Amino acid sequence: MTNHWIDLKNSDVLLIMGSNAAENHPISFKWVTRAQQRGATLIHVDPRFTRTSAKADIYAPIRSGTDIVFFGGLIKHILDNELYFKQYVVDYTNASYLVGPDYDFKDGLFSGFNPETASYDRKKWNFVTDDKGVSLKDPTLKDPRCVLQVMRRHYARYDLKTVVDVTGMPEAKVLEVWNSFAATGKPDRAGTILYAMGQCQHTVGVQNIRALSMIQMLLGNIGIAGGGVNALRGESNVQGTTDIALLCDNLPGYLPIPRAIWADYDAYVKAGTPVTNDPQSANWWSNLDKYAASLMKAMYPAADHKTAYTWLPKIDDTKVVEYSWLSLFERMYNGGFKGAFVWGQNPCAGGANAGKNRKALAKLDWMVVVNLFENESSLFWKGPGVNPKDVKTEVFFLPASMNVEKDGSVANSGRWLQWREKGAKFMGDSLSDGDIVIRLFEEVRKLYKAEGGKHPEPILNLDTAYLKDGMYDASALAKRLNGTFLKDVTIADKQWKAGQQVPGFAALQADGSTACGCWIFSGSYTEQGNMMARRDRAQTPEQAAIGLFPNWSYAWPANRRILYNRAGVDQAGKPFDPKRAVIAWNGEKWVGDVPDGGWKPGEKLPFIMVREGRGQLYGPGRVDGPLPEHYEPFESPLAGNPLSPQRVNPTALHFAHEEKAVRDPRFPYVCTTYRVTEQWQSGAMTRKTAWLKEMQPDGFCEMSRELAAKLGVKNGEQVVLESVRGKVQVVAIVTPRIKPFTVMGETVHQVGIPWQFGWGQKKNATFDSANLLSPSVGDPNTGIPETKVFMVNVRKAQPGKQG
Amino acid sequence: MSENKGKTFFIDQTRCTACRGCQAACKQWKKLAADETVNTGSYQNPPDLNGHTFKLVRFNEVEVDGKLKWVFFPEQCRHCLEPPCKMMADAFIPGAIIQDEATGAVLYTEKTKDLDYQTIREACPYDIPRKEESTGLLTKCNMCIDRVRAGMLPACVKTCPTYTMHFGDRDEMLAIARARLAEVQKKSPAALLADSDLVRVLYLCEVHPSHYHHHMVADAGSAGDRIGPFSRRALLAMRPLRTG
Repeated sequence: MTNHWIDLKNSDVLLIMGSNAAENHPISFKWVTRAQQRGATLIHVDPRFTRTSAKADIYAPIRSGTDIVFFGGLIKHILDNELYFKQYVVDYTNASYLVGPDYDFKDGLFSGFNPETASYDRKKWNFVTDDKGVSLKDPTLKDPRCVLQVMRRHYARYDLKTVVDVTGMPEAKVLEVWNSFAATGKPDRAGTILYAMGQCQHTVGVQNIRALSMIQMLLGNIGIAGGGVNALRGESNVQGTTDIALLCDNLPGYLPIPRAIWADYDAYVKAGTPVTNDPQSANWWSNLDKYAASLMKAMYPAADHKTAYTWLPKIDDTKVVEYSWLSLFERMYNGGFKGAFVWGQNPCAGGANAGKNRKALAKLDWMVVVNLFENESSLFWKGPGVNPKDVKTEVFFLPASMNVEKDGSVANSGRWLQWREKGAKFMGDSLSDGDIVIRLFEEVRKLYKAEGGKHPEPILNLDTAYLKDGMYDASALAKRLNGTFLKDVTIADKQWKAGQQVPGFAALQADGSTACGCWIFSGSYTEQGNMMARRDRAQTPEQAAIGLFPNWSYAWPANRRILYNRAGVDQAGKPFDPKRAVIAWNGEKWVGDVPDGGWKPGEKLPFIMVREGRGQLYGPGRVDGPLPEHYEPFESPLAGNPLSPQRVNPTALHFAHEEKAVRDPRFPYVCTTYRVTEQWQSGAMTRKTAWLKEMQPDGFCEMSRELAAKLGVKNGEQVVLESVRGKVQVVAIVTPRIKPFTVMGETVHQVGIPWQFGWGQKKNATFDSANLLSPSVGDPNTGIPETKVFMVNVRKAQPGKQG
Repeated sequence: MSENKGKTFFIDQTRCTACRGCQAACKQWKKLAADETVNTGSYQNPPDLNGHTFKLVRFNEVEVDGKLKWVFFPEQCRHCLEPPCKMMADAFIPGAIIQDEATGAVLYTEKTKDLDYQTIREACPYDIPRKEESTGLLTKCNMCIDRVRAGMLPACVKTCPTYTMHFGDRDEMLAIARARLAEVQKKSPAALLADSDLVRVLYLCEVHPSHYHHHMVADAGSAGDRIGPFSRRALLAMRPLRTG
């Protein structure tokens, strides 16, 4: 979230885009309903009418996988009708930047596409610059090469009729939503967009988020109270795991992942540090060397930071998604791994194309599962259709303790690091993840010491001083993540001693004299103590006006509660909306939230994390294009793409040998997957909780009355869903909450199935995981699978017979 | 007890998202059994109140003015100001059903196992009482009387994430319920507080009460609903004779 949960109450119009927030993020509705009580309008755009739609003022149905058509049309609507917030757009976005002559878009492809590598030469999308490398601009926004005019031309195809025809959303609904949301493009109106996996789990997932971010920038909705781009995190520590780099493309604090082509530390820093000559741009990533050096010292305090870099694993010079989830399972499926740690994961239920994952695990020599309970993955060797005798994989199960049995921090969606103390002791032989990983690591280190091995330095030298009384101590790690001075230094006349905690990331040094495990967490555990454990409601009147509690927990970065807040004030530091000011310049200092940099008003541009300091309506950094473009999902009811001759995202991650259902009469129905509030993740915990299981006991398929009539299915009967990859049998919920779409003049039926139910949870139950149906295709930037849309057949199950 | 004393729930159904935190919290606090249910083509489960389900969120798909609505009804005992179940029980076994002096909570005691289940259930204008087969007791919500006496909120209220469930002194609850009703009526003129003068659970209905459940309000008193000479509603509104 750019903003935070409480801040939802400040909004005038809330657009929940493809998320079932009421169901999957119940706490969000504490604040959504407060906003509604103030008179706010709640809009829900989703293929299904859900518990969220039930509370919405406007519900607008959309065919899965057509969000960019809807957003592109809204962008056109905003531009055609001059509904954008002009001062904000000119001053704080790159709308005025001149795009270079090499940029082009033709037949669904941007310039620079190489069909052999299925990738773009992104240099073709550069801006025109002056002799210092600063982008040229036309603040009148009239130059045909400026970003705003490029957008106008790009989205000219996204007219109302096309939007209605492709998305299946009725015209009146399209206009009602567009007009309601676009009305927030005024200084005194705030609109927020909430989203979750419904936007991400697509082969255009990143561009979905880009599109909604562009709309927020056009309307001046970023950096203000009640605004922002708000990713709802389903698991309370998804934010934390992202921050701490449980992803293939970065190191903690969003530092770039080392690559083999950057053989030494200096090459890494040079490649990762953006350069600008624009004096107004803060270009915060110019500090990368301080954060990188401090990270090396956090891992290897006794080594020189440049030497430490050479010890880190580096990825090959290839697409980063080749290291992502789908690629790992493809490699495993092809026998590319001997062993695997399946740590707190359930790929045989929660992973896309779960049937493939089950086969892949059988190719391993060994597998270690670390989890609270046995699940479909730890037991894959005796799952449906598997003969244990045929499986060679040796499986080890390490029982892990649960979050409430451990001290530690949880980062919520609003980036609050909240310290929690354990409420119970470990059960039986279970251990915390920290204890398990340190014990495993020390055993490996012993083997290296005893037997030697290739490239031993990273193992032999890693610092693991996180134990207290022989057990893992989360406080010790939290202190290391905050950062520590390794030498006595003087910063701005203040003396710091070696061993003291750094006060924040501004104190981190590039010379190896500080250690910090995650620069964005710096400030969370200082000499004042554990700032994450704070539970103080003290606030100033300015903070009280917008529900901001700066003394409650710690928000990264720098305890800033609303990001990009300098975009919420004009060049004189005056809030665009004085009634809901996030920050304001009182003539001497900033009041309210922690500003995005303490410079005086007008001194620096607000979007400090991007090289040129302005919000990127045109974003040349993504691998699949500088502007979001609609491509059909890999599996679709349409043979082509009504917007261009290019059917699917040409750069998406997919495996060509795997069949896809495209306007395939065998698989005529669109299917989407989702969660229910009563079950958690793949259900390993909640399916064992009797009270939750009682409420939501079985896998089900929601379908329209129209489709049910066509199939001869009655409510509550068993149905079989089949895709190219597998089949599952579940209960049919026949409901008016799902309606057929009219797409390109034809009736398109959509069904949906939650993925949190699995085999073996109930005696005599016939169902299995919904992910047996979903495909191994993913977004080209992140590799996230397209589990939100694929094609299936649905038929009535034969009585007493499975499948 | 005066009708403005004691405790009362205010349940603002405009805010309910049917997360069922209340339904689970009720069972957790009271350590009630869970059944091996099946999905019957609805999210609502168990399908009905039973001897070990005192709080049930009902899901109804209805069309109101041509618009689809999915309405949610977190059903529980209303703790009537003058409880007909108690009046009926008193006629057979005095003390089987009692009313707590301080809170107004209607409480079922061990003696309920000797009451005739159907007679008591039919006396209830909201069809709440159920029999727990494993013990023979008649059961329903007891306002979490143990928690309330200890100064805590009922479990369902404590767990509610959306400010749907409120609990407190009756005059305070009536005041916030009426204020909220006035707000809701600006957008939904048909909104009302169901039977607010008769019960200690004030349900704010945004649409007609019948859309939530046929027992959202007390029966109007058709012949079939008569218990002896009185309609259920008449019985509910009956005041004991007071002298002096």
